[in-house]
Amino acid sequence: MTGRRTGAGPVPDTWIVFDGEEVPAVAGEPVSASLLAAGVRTVCLGIRTGRPRGVVGIGTGEPGAQVRTGGPDPRPMAPATRVEAREGLRVSGLAGYGRLPEQAPARRGDARWAHCDVLVVGAGPAGLAAADAARAEGARVIIADEAPEPGGGARGNGRDAWAAATWQALAEAPDVRALARTTVTGHYDHGEHAALERRGRSDLLWRIRARRTVLATGSTERPFAFQDDDLPGVMLAEAAAAYVRRHGVLPGERAVVAGCHDGALWAAAALHDGGARIEAAADARPRVGAAAREALRRRGIEVRPGTSVVRAEAGADGGVAAALLVPVGTARGEPDRVPCDLLAVSGGHDPAAPLAVQAGARLHWSAAHAAFLPGGLPPTTVCVGAAAGTRDPEAAVEEGIAAGAAAARAALGPPAVPPDPVHTAPQGPLAGAPGGGLPDVMRSRGASAQGHGGEGNGGGESAPLDLWSGPDEPTGPAATATEDVAPPMALFSVTGPGTDAGRVYVDLQRDAALSDIRAAVDAGMDSIELIKRHTTIGTGPDQGRTCATVASGITAHLLGRTMDEVGGTTPRPPYAPVPFTALAGRARGELIDPLRRTPMQSWHEAHGAVYEDVGQWRRARYYPQGDEDMHAAVLRECAAARTGIAALDASTLGKIIVAGRDAGVFLDRLYTGNLSTLKPGRCRYGLLCTADGMVLDDGVIARLPDGAYLVSTTSGNAETVLDHMEEWSQTEWPELCVHVFNATDAWAVVSLVGPRSRDVMRRLAPGMDVSQEAFRFMDLREGEVAGVRARVLRVSFTGELTFEVNVPSWYGLAVWEAAMDAGADLGITPYGTETMHVLRAEKGFIVVGHETDGSVTPLDLGMDWALSRTKDFVGKRSLSRPDTARGDRPQLVGLLPEDPGTVLAEGAQLIGEAPGTGPPRARSQGWVTSSYDSAALGRSFALGLLRSGRARHGEVVHAVHLDTAVPVRVADPVFYDREGSRKDG
Amino acid sequence: MLLIPCPWCGPRDEREFRYGGQAHIAYPADPSALGDEAWADYLFMRDNPAGRHAERWFHGSGCRAWCDVERDTVDYTVTGSCTTGAHPAGGPDTGPCTSPYCVRRAVPSTGGTR
Repeated sequence: MTGRRTGAGPVPDTWIVFDGEEVPAVAGEPVSASLLAAGVRTVCLGIRTGRPRGVVGIGTGEPGAQVRTGGPDPRPMAPATRVEAREGLRVSGLAGYGRLPEQAPARRGDARWAHCDVLVVGAGPAGLAAADAARAEGARVIIADEAPEPGGGARGNGRDAWAAATWQALAEAPDVRALARTTVTGHYDHGEHAALERRGRSDLLWRIRARRTVLATGSTERPFAFQDDDLPGVMLAEAAAAYVRRHGVLPGERAVVAGCHDGALWAAAALHDGGARIEAAADARPRVGAAAREALRRRGIEVRPGTSVVRAEAGADGGVAAALLVPVGTARGEPDRVPCDLLAVSGGHDPAAPLAVQAGARLHWSAAHAAFLPGGLPPTTVCVGAAAGTRDPEAAVEEGIAAGAAAARAALGPPAVPPDPVHTAPQGPLAGAPGGGLPDVMRSRGASAQGHGGEGNGGGESAPLDLWSGPDEPTGPAATATEDVAPPMALFSVTGPGTDAGRVYVDLQRDAALSDIRAAVDAGMDSIELIKRHTTIGTGPDQGRTCATVASGITAHLLGRTMDEVGGTTPRPPYAPVPFTALAGRARGELIDPLRRTPMQSWHEAHGAVYEDVGQWRRARYYPQGDEDMHAAVLRECAAARTGIAALDASTLGKIIVAGRDAGVFLDRLYTGNLSTLKPGRCRYGLLCTADGMVLDDGVIARLPDGAYLVSTTSGNAETVLDHMEEWSQTEWPELCVHVFNATDAWAVVSLVGPRSRDVMRRLAPGMDVSQEAFRFMDLREGEVAGVRARVLRVSFTGELTFEVNVPSWYGLAVWEAAMDAGADLGITPYGTETMHVLRAEKGFIVVGHETDGSVTPLDLGMDWALSRTKDFVGKRSLSRPDTARGDRPQLVGLLPEDPGTVLAEGAQLIGEAPGTGPPRARSQGWVTSSYDSAALGRSFALGLLRSGRARHGEVVHAVHLDTAVPVRVADPVFYDREGSRKDG
Repeated sequence: MLLIPCPWCGPRDEREFRYGGQAHIAYPADPSALGDEAWADYLFMRDNPAGRHAERWFHGSGCRAWCDVERDTVDYTVTGSCTTGAHPAGGPDTGPCTSPYCVRRAVPSTGGTR
């Protein structure tokens, strides 16, 4: 056992199950703490190498310990540092990849939208201070932090009570929302942020629109790379110390600490105070901060300056058993082997800048901070605290107060306030960094670089030890700080003569090593973005939180470039993994898209209808009787419509009212035909085109007795047509007094079809004269049908005598049932969309979306007769463009398979010659748009678009689908009742 | 997502809008008088500036009014918006509207933003 509880923290009050073993735990602590306390070193295995991996850090950016949790709230993949312990929680290490739970995830997601004046990201000292200051100015504030408790990186450093009290006060303040366990995952345009809040068994996806944003996102401790740096027991030094301070968990008994900044030394002191024996405290810098040095000296620990770790050594359990220490910069003698069970390393701190970069910041290397700092933020965003390089909590609080108050004042100021100079740059945080003309770290380093033995850049001769770092004495204000504090050193990797570069792991989550970067550079890659993609470094679930800067540093060294020249990779959203269940929210199952049902749905249901989704509509496709299949049912339904009486629920037909003084003029300008001359009580067919001459929709336009127009549209196209009408009326012809509105759902439509439909109408509407003389084709009548006020249209989409009965949708079911009763003795047959399509196709009637696809003009369809020659309409001019007027465009044709029993596949391509007989690479000449078997024709038939098709009637072409080619004869598209005699019954 | 200032509703999320392309491209008064090139120019050719761009947006999930928005295509700064084409008070003198559906009398004159 290597780890234990120090006794200073809370006593375990519950247990979890890790890989089948019970592990005592403190409820609410991160599972990583429970595992460390129980001496569990190996948590999971490397994704490619299968090498054992343990807990490395604390917080979200954990590169090592990935787990999945079971039970009622399964998570396929999560860092052990972000899973909170609770009784009986089942945790197992991930063997490489996450695996989705077998059953549908119980985890629920939901979405919430919020607006605020000031959004503060991060609840460390700077963030808490900023939120409090903004609140005091009267701003509406949202503060979010990904941890369960406030405090940020300063947690456990004696400020916890202040942090908790401030958080509590914020949470209780009006107009402030304090969100714990909430990760702001992205910064988007115009102050929009996405945030993921983890709440028990559900996730809440926030969309927060903020006038001003204060980024107090803190920093991430980074390691440096050396051989076998992935062994369990190799941890980040400050993270190890944080386990002691925050959770009373000592990750190891015998520790070697290796760093390159004072923070690592203070971590050594904390580990000592927690009960660990510090076997060595190595610091790569020649001179360390006096305060930290003295603090360690008082504990009997002598810092070893100019020393670092070149290799970790594994013990019997696969975890670290010793550290090999070497003097840096030169090779002198054998490495010093120091036995240990905890190797705590720290390479510095990277400001957590992804949100800042997404907001528009640019990163620049600060030698004084040995880190990339964000700069050049837009006026609406400011970066404070450790996120801006300010590591001193007192200074961070001061920055937070100033930034929070200024952000609130800017947000609350007059709307058109010019950018407030206070916000143009995060001046406070960057005060310590030299602006511009930054020291040329890597170049100066490269100039004096000792060769680094191995296949890389060559030049390695005598001095075999290679320390890839910045200059030993950084310049800039920080360097002139008091003797108490020494500036950090940029240290990315330590290798020696015998180092195996394939085991110097840079990205633990991707098992990507120094050798991979070398290979990428040797292959000629000189962009960090390319190297990222080639090596996969930074593409793991932690998005390279701890390894990105190390990869940039190593790359800079290999290329002999500066850190600024190499830069970092683009941190795109999301900042942390977002479960798909959270993105889906409530849009699951039935709620994924609205489902529209007609008022007659329950009748269709009761009569065994098979459904088809048409847009958002659920429509009856056919009504099988007994063990009929679709083919048999459709033939029967078609026969009823052609020879007797059949009924279609046509409620889904789009219905748009166009009213107003200039409605007729308006429709004249949009539709291809003349509609202003339409008399009340009459109907006319029309085509609607876009300005480029392509068919957008078609339908019958009826003139109501009061003068308004009732425009019918293709099912599912009403919204498109309505939008089209509103656009033209508002933006082009505002002088016209026109009102359009969608009445689709207000009316149910019972379409009575067939030679006997007049008989049924007589029974249903005794008060209405439905004789051929009084109620002609294309007439509209208002009257009572089945006791309900109705509009009846004599239009036909089948070629047969048809009465389209429109009633307020409330009465749809009653009128439908009345029609079924009235026609029962005549054998009235309900039919669905499949039969409707067969009947209309037999007549050569097009369906928008079948015969048209946005590239088909009325001329292509042979519908010249529908075009007015006397007036302009939208799209008319386009019909005489060279491309639309050419003769070899695909044109609507009928297609009769040579074998009358073969039903062509819709979408089949049409070619001229049979395969194998024509040119080796046959060019498509068109395609099949609709294809059915026909009871009336006693054979199969199809419609299609064929190049120059109208001139090719009688020709045989071939319809190719998958591996078969079917010979088909080109024909006129009207197959049935070409003279149109049946429409009057 | 952008925050688009609808002249009628105030700043609203882009999700409520549909993009309508470059603004101020008027439908030609007499399309038949245009040659093929001029007509193709109207149909297909649009500016693609790096910088300020006047464009149309349709508040389809809101007030259903079209508006013109000036937006910088480089940094997405929106510098202003105005109504487009709602009914001008009066309109051409073709007599009063007698349609029972007409709600025009209830519509205030345009041009106002709030």
